[in-house]
Amino acid sequence: MDLDALAGCLSSSACLVTQTTSGLIIGMLLFLVAVGLTLIFGVLKVVNFSHGAFYMFGAYFAMTAYQLTGSFALAMLAGAAGTAILGLIFERVFMSRVYGADVLMQLLVCYAFVLIFDDVVRIIWGPEFRSMGMPAAFQVMPLFIAGGVVPPYYLLLIGVALIAAIVLGIGLTRSRIGKVIRAAAHNPGMVSALGINTGLIYGGVFALGGMLAGLAGALAAPVRSLTPGMGFSVLIESFIVTVIGGMGSILGALIGALLLGLIRSFGSLGFPLFTEGLMYLFMVIVLVSKPTGLFGKEAA
Amino acid sequence: MTRTRTPGISRRSTLALMGAGAMTFAAPWVARAQAKTIKIGMPTILSGRVAQLGTSSRNAVMLEVEKVNAAGGLAGRQIEMVIRDSKGQPQEAARVARELVNTDGCELMIDAEASSGAFAVHEVARDLGVFCIHTNSETSALTADPKQRIPNAFRTARQGVHDSIVGGSYAAAIAKAKGLKKWATCSPDYAYGRDTTGEFTLYLKRFAPDVEIISESWPKLFQPDYTEVVTKILQAKPQALYSCLWGGDLTSYIDQANIYAMFGQMEVFAVNMADYTALTVVKNLPKGIHSGNRYIKSFPATPENAAWGDAYKAKYNEYPTNWSWENATAIMLMAEAAKKANSADGKKIAEVLKGLTIKCPFGADGTVTMRGDDHTLVGYAIGWGTTIPQEPYVPEIKAGDWKTIFELEAEWKKSKGYT
Repeated sequence: MDLDALAGCLSSSACLVTQTTSGLIIGMLLFLVAVGLTLIFGVLKVVNFSHGAFYMFGAYFAMTAYQLTGSFALAMLAGAAGTAILGLIFERVFMSRVYGADVLMQLLVCYAFVLIFDDVVRIIWGPEFRSMGMPAAFQVMPLFIAGGVVPPYYLLLIGVALIAAIVLGIGLTRSRIGKVIRAAAHNPGMVSALGINTGLIYGGVFALGGMLAGLAGALAAPVRSLTPGMGFSVLIESFIVTVIGGMGSILGALIGALLLGLIRSFGSLGFPLFTEGLMYLFMVIVLVSKPTGLFGKEAA
Repeated sequence: MTRTRTPGISRRSTLALMGAGAMTFAAPWVARAQAKTIKIGMPTILSGRVAQLGTSSRNAVMLEVEKVNAAGGLAGRQIEMVIRDSKGQPQEAARVARELVNTDGCELMIDAEASSGAFAVHEVARDLGVFCIHTNSETSALTADPKQRIPNAFRTARQGVHDSIVGGSYAAAIAKAKGLKKWATCSPDYAYGRDTTGEFTLYLKRFAPDVEIISESWPKLFQPDYTEVVTKILQAKPQALYSCLWGGDLTSYIDQANIYAMFGQMEVFAVNMADYTALTVVKNLPKGIHSGNRYIKSFPATPENAAWGDAYKAKYNEYPTNWSWENATAIMLMAEAAKKANSADGKKIAEVLKGLTIKCPFGADGTVTMRGDDHTLVGYAIGWGTTIPQEPYVPEIKAGDWKTIFELEAEWKKSKGYT
C-alpha cells in the first residue's frame, strides 16, 4: 500500500489528468465490450460467454484490413462490420436454437464456441502473437494538458466509445427500432403477435453486441498484442462491469466500466499489489449492498 | 541281441540342426533389436498463449534430429520423436511425461516445458529414473538447489542467475556512465518475473550502489492493458526502467508505452526484447532499448551461428526463438554423449554427459559445457546490447564474462545455502 503516492497524485494536476485519462481509456474500451454483453442479456436473456471472441475477431479483422489497405478507417470498419455479420450468423444458426433452454446448455454452446473460435483464429492467423502497429497519423508526441500526458490516439478512442454510448442510449430510448427492441425484451410474445419478426430483432441485437465488441477489439488492435484467446481476460472484466452496473443496463455498463477504469488507474498508485483485488472488492461491495447492480432492475 | 544303429538323423545332429535353425531365425531379431528406433518423449506447449515457443522448440529438435538420423542415429538407433502438448499446464505436463515413458515406450526425455511444468516433469523423471534434459526452464533453483538434483536430469536452458549477473553488470556500467540513479521495474507477477527482477536489481545495486528502485509494477501475466502501469511509471519519473516482460506482453507494453513517448524519457532495459518473436512483431520498435540476447543469429557473430539461424528460417519460414537454441543444444549434447558412450542407454549417456564439452554454434567460444556438478549448461553466448528497428536488430552485443559469472554464481549459491 502506497497511500503517499496516491495522495501526492490527487494533489497534482499533472498526475490527476494523466491517471484520469488513463482510467477513461481502460473504462471506455471495457464499456464497448460490456455494453454488448449487457444488451444481449437484456433482450435475449442469454449470458453470452463467447462474447470475448467477438472482441478477438474485431482485432484480427482490423489488423488484416489494415495490412491489406493501409487505411485505419477501413480497419475499424472491417472490425465492426465483420463481427456484426459473424454475430448475426452465430445467433441465427446456433444461439437461436438454445433460447429457452437450460442455462447449462446455453453455457455449453457458448463455451464450445469459445474453443472453436480460438482454434479458427489459430488456423487462419497462426498461434503466435501479432501486432497491428500504430497508424502513422497517430505516431505523434502526446498532448500535455495541465502537465498531464494524453496520447492523441486515446482521445480518439474515448471519443468513438462516447459516440457509441450516446447513439446507443438515444437509439434505444427514442427511435422506433429501439422501442421495438425494448418491447421484445419485455414481452416477445406480444411483439411477435403484432407482426414483428422477433427473430430478426434477436439477430440484430446479437449482431449489434458483436459489432460493439468487435469495434473495441479493432480500437485496441494498435496498442495490444493479438493472440488466439485474447478475448478471455476482457470477458472476465466485462462480466465484472455488468455485475457492478446491473445486467441489462446500458447506463450501468458505462458507469461500471468507468469506475473500474478509474479504480485500476488510481489503484495502481495507492495499492500496487492489490489493484486487481480492488476491482473484485468493489464488485463484492456493490453486490452486497445492491444485488442487482448499481442500475439493475429488480426481477418482477 | 545286438543293438544296431538305425540310419537317420542322430540326436546330436538334431540338436545341432535345431541350434542352427534357432540362430538363423533369431539373427534377424537380434539385428532388428539393434537397429530398433529409439523413442524420445517430448512434452511441450503447443497450444495457448505461448504455443509459438513450444512450436519453435519442436522445430529446433526436429532440425537436429534429422541431422543425427542422417548420420546414423543415436549410437546406431534412429531417433523417433514423440511430441505431446501439455497446454502449458504443469499437471498435464507430468501426466504426458509419465504416459510417454510408460505407454509410448520412450527411453529418453526432452522436457520442453516452461518452469512451472519443468518442475512437474522433473518429479516424473525422479520417479521413473528416465534420462531427461530440461530445455526451457530458466529458474535457477531447478539445477542449483541440491534438493532438486537427480543423476538422470540435466538442463540446457540458460539460467536466470547468469542473465541477472550479466544484465546487472551491463546496466550498472551504463548507470554509472549516464548517472542513472532512479530506477523503476515492471515485470510479470509470477515466479519468473519476481525472481529475475530480484536477481537483476541485486546485481545492479552491487555494481552500482547508488542506484535506488523508486517504483515497482507487477502486472499480471498476459494482462491485455498496461496503461495504468505506463502512467504510473511516468508519474514516478525514473531515469531508467527494467522489465522482464516477454512475448506478447512485452510487445503490448511497448506499443502502449510508445504512444506516451515513454522511451524518450528514460533508458529502458528489457531482458527479453532481443528475441525474434518480439523484435519482428513490434511495428514501431524504439531505438536504443537495452536487452539481453535470447536467440539472435548475429550473436555469437560466427558463421556457424548465422548458418544455423538461416537453416532454421529456410526450413520453417521464421526465425528461431530463445527456446529453439536451447532445444537444439539438448539434441547436440545427447548425440555426442551417445557417440562417446557408444550406447543410447540413458544411464550411460548421463554418465558421459557430466562435464561434456561440445562444439556448438551457440557457445560463447564456439563450445558449450554440461557442468558436471550441477548438470546445467554453461559457456553459452550471453550478453547485452541495444536495439535498432531493423535487422540485425541488436547490432552490437557486449558479451558477458563467464569467469565473473562463475565467481558470482558461486557466491549466490552460497548465499542461498545451495553449497
